[in-house]
Amino acid sequence: MFDPVVLARAQFGANITFHILFPTISISLTWVLLFFKLRYNRTRDPKWMDAYKFWVKIFALTFALGVVSGITMSFQFGTNWPGYMQTVGNIAGPLLAYEVMTAFFLEATFLGIMLFGTNRVSNRMHTIATLLVAFGTTMSAFWIIALNSWMQTPAGFEMIDGKAHATDWLAIVFNPSFPYRFTHMMLASCLTSAFLVAGVSAYRWLRGDRAPAVLAALKTGVFIGAALIPLQIVAGDAHGLNTLKHQPAKIAAMEGLWETKRGVPVLAFAIPDESTRSNHLEIPIPNLASLILTHDLNGEVKGLNEFKGKHPPVAPVFWGFRIMVGTGMLMLAVSWLAAWQLARRGSPAPWLARVLVAMTFAGWVATVAGWYVTEIGRQPYLVSGLLLTKDAASTVPSAMIATTLAMYLALYIALTIAYISVVFHLARKGQFPAMPSPHATLVAA
Amino acid sequence: MNNLANGAWLPVVFMGLMGLAMLAYVILDGYDLGVGILLRRADDGDKDVMISSIGPFWDANETWLVLGVGILLVAFPMAHGVILGALYLPVACMLLGLILRGVAFDFRVKARALHKPMWNALFYAGSLIASFSQGVMLGLYITGFRYDALSLFFALVTGLGLCAGYALLGATWLIMKTEGALQQRAVRWAVGSFWLTALGIIAISVVTPLVSARIFDKWFQLPNFFLLLPIPIATAVLFFVIFRALRRLPVRLQDGNEYGAWVPFGATVGIFLLAFYGLAYSLFPYLVVDRIDIWQAASAPESLMIILIGAAFVLPTIIGYTIYAYRVFWGKARELTYY
Repeated sequence: MFDPVVLARAQFGANITFHILFPTISISLTWVLLFFKLRYNRTRDPKWMDAYKFWVKIFALTFALGVVSGITMSFQFGTNWPGYMQTVGNIAGPLLAYEVMTAFFLEATFLGIMLFGTNRVSNRMHTIATLLVAFGTTMSAFWIIALNSWMQTPAGFEMIDGKAHATDWLAIVFNPSFPYRFTHMMLASCLTSAFLVAGVSAYRWLRGDRAPAVLAALKTGVFIGAALIPLQIVAGDAHGLNTLKHQPAKIAAMEGLWETKRGVPVLAFAIPDESTRSNHLEIPIPNLASLILTHDLNGEVKGLNEFKGKHPPVAPVFWGFRIMVGTGMLMLAVSWLAAWQLARRGSPAPWLARVLVAMTFAGWVATVAGWYVTEIGRQPYLVSGLLLTKDAASTVPSAMIATTLAMYLALYIALTIAYISVVFHLARKGQFPAMPSPHATLVAA
Repeated sequence: MNNLANGAWLPVVFMGLMGLAMLAYVILDGYDLGVGILLRRADDGDKDVMISSIGPFWDANETWLVLGVGILLVAFPMAHGVILGALYLPVACMLLGLILRGVAFDFRVKARALHKPMWNALFYAGSLIASFSQGVMLGLYITGFRYDALSLFFALVTGLGLCAGYALLGATWLIMKTEGALQQRAVRWAVGSFWLTALGIIAISVVTPLVSARIFDKWFQLPNFFLLLPIPIATAVLFFVIFRALRRLPVRLQDGNEYGAWVPFGATVGIFLLAFYGLAYSLFPYLVVDRIDIWQAASAPESLMIILIGAAFVLPTIIGYTIYAYRVFWGKARELTYY
């Protein structure tokens, strides 16, 4: 009943799901902070510094959650997947090492100066610190996505005695799916931050906070979102075509396509059934999938029948994909409407502000759903074609994994709730910046 | 195995790098974990000052752990699996502790004021759990992951010993970074953790040679014994230096004389360096006592080489900007302001 592979996956999945929530925000929120800071340097308008001071608090909180959940991951690579490093450690090792060396120390060290250094360093040095943190978070994304993409589409290596050895590092880093996945993820991160900034600012606006910094941040969030979401749709489409070329089984699962055929529809709804290898309650949009994937209404798309025993579980991939795309479409509609309103009348209508508040964490939903598609879509392999997930799993007794899994789950749920409530608490408190309490002027990270 | 032309020197270099990262972690995160352990004893105003003294540093301090474990993972993947598999539960407890204190850092000032005492308590508990787990891991590691009663008792002692050692680092750090009543209190905290730290180091020094005949011979054969004698002697001298400084400091600090306020911290760091050196000497060249040596566990040379090339450029840079950050926040912690 307690299959250790299932438990190891559940534990790692829980941790990585929790982890990705925070880097997704912090990777791009630093660039937004840099934007605020540069606007302030240019215009000397205090509203930009106010926006910086408010958002840097949320950034610090987000960053801390990312750090602690990331430390957990550096241990779980070994405890949950010992076979992973033994087989592909020669590839994964240097990529992870470069992430730690070029990104982690840079961001962690200059974060201290960014948060606490305003009175101790020049304004220029403070701007540079912000830039270095932004650069560090982006480098971190670069290396880890290079590794993840290599696991999806391995390249630049040879197998000797069952172990991968590097032959071409450029081919390893810039493997076939890397440019697509990196672009897709960076845009996802920017959109997540854009909706976070817009949602929290809309919340402050609704509560009657008319500080110039609130409107400035609201506009920044909405316009970034409106500008980037069309790019994300293009990037997502290109990523899909890349996946069709290199991982056709994943595409077949995303489309719920059990048999190879021509003129494949997009299924707006269906309940995939692994036991009968068919779908129930299909709502098809005729020929659309063939058009998107092959640019031909009658193009042929390979079905799951071609990959029997070597394709991922269909339902989670199928549904993850629909949740991601659906959320993306909603983000498109809301951000464009909000951008249009802001451009036309300079402030959001209350109902639209409420929609923005409801969409504050929409980026999380789309990002996590998208990662489920790509990671579950890679199964049953841990490294496509090289290493099966079950062959890499740990020999730690199930009871021990189950106990720690329960502990982690309880902790992650509590912390996610705490994070969301503190973000809104800060938004309420942000209204009265002119009332420092005796202790508030003292530090504390 | 000793064919140096064949890249056999690479694992030695990586063991050195990993050792440096772990040492940096123990000392740097040691003082901020120690401040966390001491937090419970302080009143509310002091708590803010104490945390302000470590606020700009803790993120980077914990990164050394990621680097150390990262090197173990990437350079010695086989040992990574064995060691972390054997230490599964204490590692999980340590991670729980690190998560709790890491998030409490931020939540305690950002959540509603009503919840601040809870986050303070979690910060203390997380620091204590993480420190104790690390000490237990050290004990189990030294005895080669034997889970008999005696080894577990030893692990308990090293757990308490490391908590005390971190508290000593934390208290002596606070002596440097604070002033007034809190500084006086920090001196008393340092005295309180002094003897338990000494006990922990004595326990490790006695038990390590008993675990393995090979380690025993390394220390007690002639002429090694005399060549190595300076290590325990220097450790004892440093303990004496701390002891004397802690007795003299209260009066001196009362008069606002900061002369020698850094001595207890410096000497404690010295003790950690010596203890670390002794342990490394005992263990080398094994990653798991008398079972897995560094050559058996190492990754392919071409992969180690590509990391080493990067490290040669990046590590000095990291050390450079770390020193810069400490210089920026040099001096007493009180006037540090947070957005």
